[in-house]
Amino acid sequence: MKKIKLDITVNGVKHSLKVDPNLRLLDLLREELDLTGTKEGCGIGECGACTVILDGKAVNSCLILAGQCAGREIVTIEGLSDGEKLHPLQQAFLDHGAVQCGFCTPGMILSAAALLHANPAPTEDEIRVAISGNLCRCTGYTQIVEAVQAAAGKDKGDWWLQI
Amino acid sequence: MIGLSPLRVDGREKVTGAARYGQDLKLAGMLYAKVKHAEYPHAEILKIDTARAKKIKGVAAVLTAADVPGNTAFGAVIVDNQPLAEDRVRYLGDAVAVVAAETAEIAEKAAAAIKVKYRELPAVFDPREALEPGAPEIHEGGNQINHHKTRKGDVAEGFRQADLVIERSYSTQRVDHTYIETEVVVASLDHDGTLTVEGSHQNIFSIRAAVASFLGLPLSRVRIVQAALGGSFGGKDDCMSVLSCRAGLLALKTGRPVMLSNSRESSLIESYKRHPYFLDYKVGVKRDGTLTAMEIKVVADGGAYASMTPFVTWRSVVHATGPYRVPNVKTDIYGAYTNNTYTGAFRGFGSPQITFAYESLMDEIAGELKLEPLEFRMNNILRDGEITATGQKLDHTVSVGQALQAATSAAGWEEKRRRFSEENRTRLLKRGIGLACSYRGVALGAEGVDATGAIVRIQSDGSIDLTTGLVEMGQGLKTVFSQIAAHELGVPVERVQYRRTDTSTIVDGGPTVASRSTIMGGAAVRKAAIAAREKLCAAAAGELGADPAELTAVGEKIMVASDPDRAIDFTGAVALALAAGMNLSSFAWHVSPPIWWDEEAGKGNAYFTYVYACQVAEIEVDPETGKINVLEVWAAHDVGKAINPEAVRGQICGGVATAIGYGTLEEVELVEGVTKTVNLDEYLIPTAMDVGKIHSIILENPDKYGPYGAKCIAEPTAELCAPAIANAVAHAAGKRIRDLPLNLERIVLGHKLVKKQRRAR
Repeated sequence: MKKIKLDITVNGVKHSLKVDPNLRLLDLLREELDLTGTKEGCGIGECGACTVILDGKAVNSCLILAGQCAGREIVTIEGLSDGEKLHPLQQAFLDHGAVQCGFCTPGMILSAAALLHANPAPTEDEIRVAISGNLCRCTGYTQIVEAVQAAAGKDKGDWWLQI
Repeated sequence: MIGLSPLRVDGREKVTGAARYGQDLKLAGMLYAKVKHAEYPHAEILKIDTARAKKIKGVAAVLTAADVPGNTAFGAVIVDNQPLAEDRVRYLGDAVAVVAAETAEIAEKAAAAIKVKYRELPAVFDPREALEPGAPEIHEGGNQINHHKTRKGDVAEGFRQADLVIERSYSTQRVDHTYIETEVVVASLDHDGTLTVEGSHQNIFSIRAAVASFLGLPLSRVRIVQAALGGSFGGKDDCMSVLSCRAGLLALKTGRPVMLSNSRESSLIESYKRHPYFLDYKVGVKRDGTLTAMEIKVVADGGAYASMTPFVTWRSVVHATGPYRVPNVKTDIYGAYTNNTYTGAFRGFGSPQITFAYESLMDEIAGELKLEPLEFRMNNILRDGEITATGQKLDHTVSVGQALQAATSAAGWEEKRRRFSEENRTRLLKRGIGLACSYRGVALGAEGVDATGAIVRIQSDGSIDLTTGLVEMGQGLKTVFSQIAAHELGVPVERVQYRRTDTSTIVDGGPTVASRSTIMGGAAVRKAAIAAREKLCAAAAGELGADPAELTAVGEKIMVASDPDRAIDFTGAVALALAAGMNLSSFAWHVSPPIWWDEEAGKGNAYFTYVYACQVAEIEVDPETGKINVLEVWAAHDVGKAINPEAVRGQICGGVATAIGYGTLEEVELVEGVTKTVNLDEYLIPTAMDVGKIHSIILENPDKYGPYGAKCIAEPTAELCAPAIANAVAHAAGKRIRDLPLNLERIVLGHKLVKKQRRAR
């Protein structure tokens, strides 16, 4: 298969790559760039474990071809914290017991980040809708919703602009 | 530290994406494996032609049962599960061959190129039919996997005393664990001949036993290591043995590391599920609401392999009457082989099924007697010192009454029961409130030896390594165990490093199942930490001019308990101990108190202690569409002592959500052995929009056998909400639904819809 040229920005870093035209964004991140924080849980866009932020919006990276992302900006879970300093959503997930097995956590946090980016003060219903594409089998979502509410209430600063 | 909720010790790596799960493993020279699955639910294998597959460029090995050096079958109770089918396939998740290749794509192509000649055999898919004479025999010796019973008093006499005898039948469905991470292993051969299998393992020691037997290796040359585990809920046991055997065989034959992972489709088709149950209850009751007798018959669908069926059904037989005072009991439970996907352990382990039946039934009996469900239960529940259906005298605080009171009063039960009944006359969407309560034996019980160990190693700089054979799967075990060690050594949790679970670092301490970790593993950690502390105290005694028995460890100091000014810091005590040539590694072993079971007589002291719980569900149902909204749930659980209350709350909320799925949404649909729900677009689990507000109510009646009085929490949370919802639906819509799940079609039509057409595979 003839490879295609791809310029893409991931977590603020520009990459010029040659990739297979049928490569999923998920595989580009995991296999080519070694960003394994993005998980695969179903491969058909139902579980949300592979959620990343593409130009400010949460997307399922298993449903997007890498080639579709030419010239675009992607944020993965690895790009959310500021070095050692956790993003307020990451900290809130810890503070509120919103993490159990952790497999859904990266996608869940990124869906929440995209929500807060668009809507800094969401209602509980809006939070539940925003994360309804991210399945979690451990938590029953209770502490996740509490964590997002807490992060939304934090002093805004410019932290959400990172995405 | 005990009773506080420090942040999860494995939280940071999970929120940053650094945690390394099985699918993130990558070893140099690693091959990718794919499985060739069976094409019939029951067939004799006549010929496997691998020639074409082997010729494909990039294929390293194509192996079948003929290549297995050891025993082709494994099983914790009954040895019947073949990771590579030898002469016969018994369900569509069986594998006839396994391929390793340079890429997953090549492996898939090669698996498709394998041609298998079969002779189709008659199959059976209903466990009740499977037990009838003349049914197709799935394993030699017949289709009955096991029969358990309980016997108490004389049921005939009990029914004679009754004013009313009520008979009801219930059924439950096959459901999938749906851990978000599907199963995955990487097998590799060390230069010393040790085979290491790292992956999404729940029970490392049972997996090691299966792999060693399959490959003909001594246990000491098989090492099972747990990667970060993306959920398990009882599910990553036998199916991980299967994956580990297949990948291990490929690694052994090729000499290269091999990754074998299940896609979601493979996981839904191949991995074991929760048992469907068919339950018949006959109950005698007096006019005043006193229970006189229960006769119960249950048939469980074990599917193609026994797996945990004997133990799952044993737990059911012990608990089948519920937490009620029943003088005469006769219970019989049969596990049956079928050509369906096999069934095994799943959070609850034989209790969600029976709880659905007996708690639906309690509401039905109360209804027949025109009694309130709560009042009826309060009159019949077990109290302190009373005798269970298996003849066990309860010698701890029996808190089912307390749980019923706590959950119903928080929910505003009586007012809502009245008000909703009133309002529903004119409402389009009907409201209902229902409850369910249970008791549950803690830990393995008399199903087997229950013992486990822990190692606490204090390093020269005062940092602490903690090792057990029990695994973190999200429940918070690493954090709770670290809390216990830190508490006993008087240091912050951060000083404790919980080691990754690995069969080569500690002796077999049993599986991480049966909600046994806190009470069994926690007790072992506590003992090991106390032993380590005693060494530090002995080392510091001379310096402090005190007797070691007078010393304690608090605030990173070893101090005289009665005179805290006489103290030396923790690392100072460590240095003194090492200088004195002391060994600062402590191993401790904890064995459960004695219990017994007489299988012939059907009685015994089944578990050394029990937990009690009640959940109340408030729902809204649309009678036109059948849609149920679970609005709020109040869950009261006696945990003995909550070592980490926030983690307990996480267990409660998660268990409730799982049970909401069980109650209203989920079913692995099999039609003649063919899985119809092969991914998460068809197999629906609750989203954040399907789970209402969950109120956790933690009750604490310390138990003499638990560390700090702690008992357990993981599983009881998942056994109550389905019947609470069914009872709420009956309250709301006047419809009693006796079959799970209560999905749209059952609510509206009263039966389920089945996809008849065979899905192309």
